[in-house]
Amino acid sequence: MSFNRIVAVVPAYNESAAIGGLVDEIRSFDPALDVVVVDDASTDETAAIAAAHGATVLRLPFNVGIGGAVQTGFRYALEHEYETAVRLDGDGQHDPRELPKLLAPLERGTANFVIGSRFVDPGGSYRPPFARRVGIRVFARLVSLLGGQRVTDTTSGFMALDRVGIALFAEEFPHDYPEVEATLVALRSGLRLAQVQVEMRERETGSSSITFVRSVYYLVKVTLALLVASLRRYPRLEGARR
Amino acid sequence: MTPVRVSIVGVIASLLLILVVLELIRGRRLKERYALLWLATGLVLLVLSAWRDGLNTIAGWLGVTSYPPAVLFAVATLFILLVLLHYSTVISKLTDENVELAQRVALLEERVGRLGPPSEPPARAD
Repeated sequence: MSFNRIVAVVPAYNESAAIGGLVDEIRSFDPALDVVVVDDASTDETAAIAAAHGATVLRLPFNVGIGGAVQTGFRYALEHEYETAVRLDGDGQHDPRELPKLLAPLERGTANFVIGSRFVDPGGSYRPPFARRVGIRVFARLVSLLGGQRVTDTTSGFMALDRVGIALFAEEFPHDYPEVEATLVALRSGLRLAQVQVEMRERETGSSSITFVRSVYYLVKVTLALLVASLRRYPRLEGARR
Repeated sequence: MTPVRVSIVGVIASLLLILVVLELIRGRRLKERYALLWLATGLVLLVLSAWRDGLNTIAGWLGVTSYPPAVLFAVATLFILLVLLHYSTVISKLTDENVELAQRVALLEERVGRLGPPSEPPARAD
């Protein structure tokens, strides 16, 4: 256990078309990487396909939502004492080839929590539709304001954690629409945050889960969660700044 | 003043509520913990219905001069809101616990799976 053990946490819900290729891709990127697919009670063959491609599969008995699924992976990482955890979405939009960038700040020991951001570099190629761009920017501003550090992308979901980060998110991670709130919780808990520019891929299959009504719910829920999160007190974390 | 018939109906209704709640507790279909607020609701409504002068006095304090039984409605509504709010907190807690259980099941199932398929039941020593 002297070398750096890394686990890739991949939440997946009905991703049977994409999951096999994604697991292969992650494993071929770095064979030492353990891939854990968290199957959020899919109704298709996601779990079986992931297992057949060599991933460890955690099957949730019923659907708990993306946040609860991701947290299951972090709990696995904590229990098995991984040094590092990365999270990539099961639909393939987080590109495994970007992992070295994400892992670099952890290897240098300059961060506990690395976000793969689409907006560090103003010349990045990601141009979301107008409404989404506004939403992404508003949340980035709000989290920056409440967290006391400039954050460029709070909704990417592409992230890497060291032991301190794993311990925090295993303990608390919001259950639905988790990314924005989790970023603030991390900042408030004193995690050192690094952001690296990444390119994301178009989703290979399926469609984004965001519809109009859900966007409104998303907006209200996340805003409320951010305000509550900034009023709470956080326990001191061993290994974090402060 | 409160009409007498309103008082009678109020007393009967609150007694009925208390009796139903007690019966549910007796049949173990309702835990005492979740019955307390309901019993408090029934008792407060019973007192306010039976104690006519009291209701009139309280209505006077609140500035309800034309129709004191309105206070009964207000108090009942307040208690129902309390009960509902209480349930929301209970549901939130249950949801969190439920998710945690699901996560533990997933982690344990994976660990058990690595131990191999279920073996024969252990032989009885007799």
